[in-house]
Amino acid sequence: MEGMKETVEESLREMRETFASGRTRSLKWRKAQIGAIYEMVKDNEDKICSALFQDLGKHSTEAFRDELGVVLRSATVAINSLDKWAVPKHSNLPLLFYPAKGKVISEPYGTVLVLSSWNFPISLSLDPLIGAIAAGNTVLLKSSELSPNASAFLAKTIPAYLDTKAIKVIEGGPDVATILLQHQWDKIFFTGSPKIGRIIMAAAAQHLTPVTLELGGKCPTIVDHHTISKNIKSVVKRIAGGKWGSCSGQACISVDYVLIEKSYASSLIDMLKPTIKSFFGENPKESGCLSRIATKQHVQRLSRLLNDPRVQASIVYGGSIDEEKLYVEPTILLDPPLDSEIMNEEIFGPILPIITVRDIQESIGIIKTKPKPLAIYAFTNDENLKTRILSETSSGSVTFNDVMIQYMCDALPFGGVGESGIGRYHGKYSFDCFSHEKAIMEGSLGMDLEARYPPWNNFKLTFIRLAFREAYFKLILLMLGLKR
Amino acid sequence: MAAKKMFGAAEASILVTDLRRSFDDGVTRGYEWRVTQLKKLLIICDNHEPEIVVALRDDLGKPELESSVYEISLLRNSIKLALKQLKNWMAPEEAKTSLTTFPASAEIVSEPLGVVLVISAWNYPFLLSIDPVIGAISAGNAVVLKPSELAPASSALLAKLIEQYLDPSAVRVVEGAVTETTALLEQKWDKIFYTGSSKIGRVIMAAAAKHLTPVVLELGGKSPVVVDSDTDLKVTVRRIIVGKWGCNNGQACVSPDYILTTKEYAPKVIEAMKKELETFYGKNPMDSKDMSRIVNSTHFDRLSKLLDEKEVSDKIVYGGEKDRENLKIAPTILLDVPLDSLIMSEEIFGPLLPILTLNNLEESFDVIRSRPKPLAAYLFTHNKKLKERFAATVSAGGIVVNDIAVHLALHTLPFGGVGESGMGAYHGKFSFDAFSHKKAVLYRSLFGDSAVRYPPYSRGKLRLLKALVDSNIFDIFKVLLGLA
Repeated sequence: MEGMKETVEESLREMRETFASGRTRSLKWRKAQIGAIYEMVKDNEDKICSALFQDLGKHSTEAFRDELGVVLRSATVAINSLDKWAVPKHSNLPLLFYPAKGKVISEPYGTVLVLSSWNFPISLSLDPLIGAIAAGNTVLLKSSELSPNASAFLAKTIPAYLDTKAIKVIEGGPDVATILLQHQWDKIFFTGSPKIGRIIMAAAAQHLTPVTLELGGKCPTIVDHHTISKNIKSVVKRIAGGKWGSCSGQACISVDYVLIEKSYASSLIDMLKPTIKSFFGENPKESGCLSRIATKQHVQRLSRLLNDPRVQASIVYGGSIDEEKLYVEPTILLDPPLDSEIMNEEIFGPILPIITVRDIQESIGIIKTKPKPLAIYAFTNDENLKTRILSETSSGSVTFNDVMIQYMCDALPFGGVGESGIGRYHGKYSFDCFSHEKAIMEGSLGMDLEARYPPWNNFKLTFIRLAFREAYFKLILLMLGLKR
Repeated sequence: MAAKKMFGAAEASILVTDLRRSFDDGVTRGYEWRVTQLKKLLIICDNHEPEIVVALRDDLGKPELESSVYEISLLRNSIKLALKQLKNWMAPEEAKTSLTTFPASAEIVSEPLGVVLVISAWNYPFLLSIDPVIGAISAGNAVVLKPSELAPASSALLAKLIEQYLDPSAVRVVEGAVTETTALLEQKWDKIFYTGSSKIGRVIMAAAAKHLTPVVLELGGKSPVVVDSDTDLKVTVRRIIVGKWGCNNGQACVSPDYILTTKEYAPKVIEAMKKELETFYGKNPMDSKDMSRIVNSTHFDRLSKLLDEKEVSDKIVYGGEKDRENLKIAPTILLDVPLDSLIMSEEIFGPLLPILTLNNLEESFDVIRSRPKPLAAYLFTHNKKLKERFAATVSAGGIVVNDIAVHLALHTLPFGGVGESGMGAYHGKFSFDAFSHKKAVLYRSLFGDSAVRYPPYSRGKLRLLKALVDSNIFDIFKVLLGLA
């Protein structure tokens, strides 16, 4: 670890020196770096897909949709928008301050740390990286050791494409993270679990380092059968796609559980079953389209969730586990007890509990008993229900009549609230995430007002009081001696 | 006189539970409630100014004009702005969607975070208590205010007035010191807003980390003033004086801490300062009623120690008189104290003003950059290029050119620090935003579904996805028509 400590210190020193040199301030430099990320992904599509397949059994289409495509798009948006994003925002100042001027400029924090996650190891590394670079920072990326091939790819390829004095990659696990967190960073961006999020924030507190924490939670999906029954086929497909079609349920915005009225539950299940078959065939393990579980430990965790006898009893589909092959079958549960472990921690796997309620309105009450999730999904055309969901629940985001896709909308901030996180990114929000908004005010040396200075007296006090109220007419009267 | 009520862990827990119940019941969400509370705060400012002035005189010896202007008038303006703008601030913001999420519409909805904690400071006890509370209430939160025990008369008056006028089911004051603050910090809050020192800022953030509570930390630092010879010296010096000694006698977070100027120009600066100081405060400034006193003997001794240090005490060129019994220190100017002296290592927060001379003004950038980032950095000059370089390369919470401190009266500029001087910002709409969660909402249609999204994956689907990501209409058509 001594060697690692030295590496970290040396990297920090070099990145700080590079930042101080001013090189990263240039918009041209930033665009060139982001352009290089774009090229890197385009040039190495096959290598990246192969790494993702090795790490997670991810199919190349899924890999493109969820990772490569996201990065390519993010890079394009950043390059095309950077000039606009970097423009200072001018503020209107009250007449009293005339002819003063005010504006806000976005300045880079300095040297920032990005800690990414194993489930989308490419996009969760490169997307924040794009934001950090767009904002003009130097950045160190620590990729996750639980996706070793993707991590190795990044560690080897980023130095070949990007400015190594400004952008660095470090591989490793918790011990490396611990060393990194002992140092002072100007900003830390973390994607991962709430448990580790707390550790990151506590470490950041020692240095007053601002943090963005992209965490997770149980993302509920409300199905209001009354108002969407005409399109139930689309609904079922979207839910199934959102659960099993993206890293086998191991995404922070995965459909965690479904809420539906009791009388419709079995028809939903009856539609989900053939949908799963249409996605993955008779034997999902061999389909090549279903991602694997990350590690044996993660399989064991999911196994444990299912082992609760009451949960076992609620299995209506699937349930088989192959620890060797890191495989958990797409599984549906009907009404596992609300106090079971599986209903109280983020599932992060291909198990879908369906919770029934008497009236769909009750789903709001259930959602509120749990920590605020990253996303809430609701399939409904009932405007009242939509309003109730928006005003009575809290979550990072709400998506009506679809799942997962809010991730693609870069005009929307992507981030959590409460247990699901602090801060946000995507699109311009990524740029803002890694910038300090510095207020600049310029006064005039002419136009000096005696009333500003001691010794104080009643006249000056009245003057200033009126000035604050922007009662300009009364001010004039005062100055003309026509007001006491 | 009633014995002081005990406030420990149990009381803190009950308090938060009560407020959370009010919040969950929807007490604070409506526009009417927020407006009513804000109007009550306005009544406090309008009807109780004399008592507030007396409390501030008791706690700080603050002159009536300072109390009236910097605490009450600023607050009044802040409340009136919130009343005027609240409807706008509360309205959802539309967000643009893209081809990838088509058909859809999106918006960002501001929602309250829940139950928030405001911990304020002793130097501007009314302003720094009520201004954040204005933000919390405007945003629809329930709020607990903990005023500083180092300004006891103000703390007691705040507790009395808030209890008298505001809705006790959602707005409460807890008076106290370390015990009470610790008890409060153990609870789970949805946001903590702290004004104070960097040292305690770390403690606050570490406590917040346990609950993943987001924080705004308004801290401090050594705000430098660079004085160029190409300036209007009289105006410059008057503004520095009133910004330093005229704002709570140097005990303000954005107080000009030290001056940087050239060796050549320094004598002129000192001469001008002496002259204006005498005009403002007379030949015996210790007798002037126009300056606050030092807050207490702890701070008096701290400042004394700064002055008495060897190599520093002989650098006094003006002032230096001390009166411990009356907690007064005369406006004191020092010339070229050593850079590693105590007075140059910590935020002075008092009536001592070191002047450091340089060979040329360029060196000031390095001096400032070698120190922790301050809350404010000031420059007095006519030189346009110097202004631009300063604004672009000096990192601080905010930059003010040709004036001191006025930027905090401007509601159109965010007021906050960076690095050691803090994180987050407020004032004007920034206060509303500081206490809000910006929830992303995406409305999708159940039409417009594409098989591209779902397994089983294929080359064709991959090509279409790629085209969609590039949002290239022609490629999309080509793929759909089977031409690519």
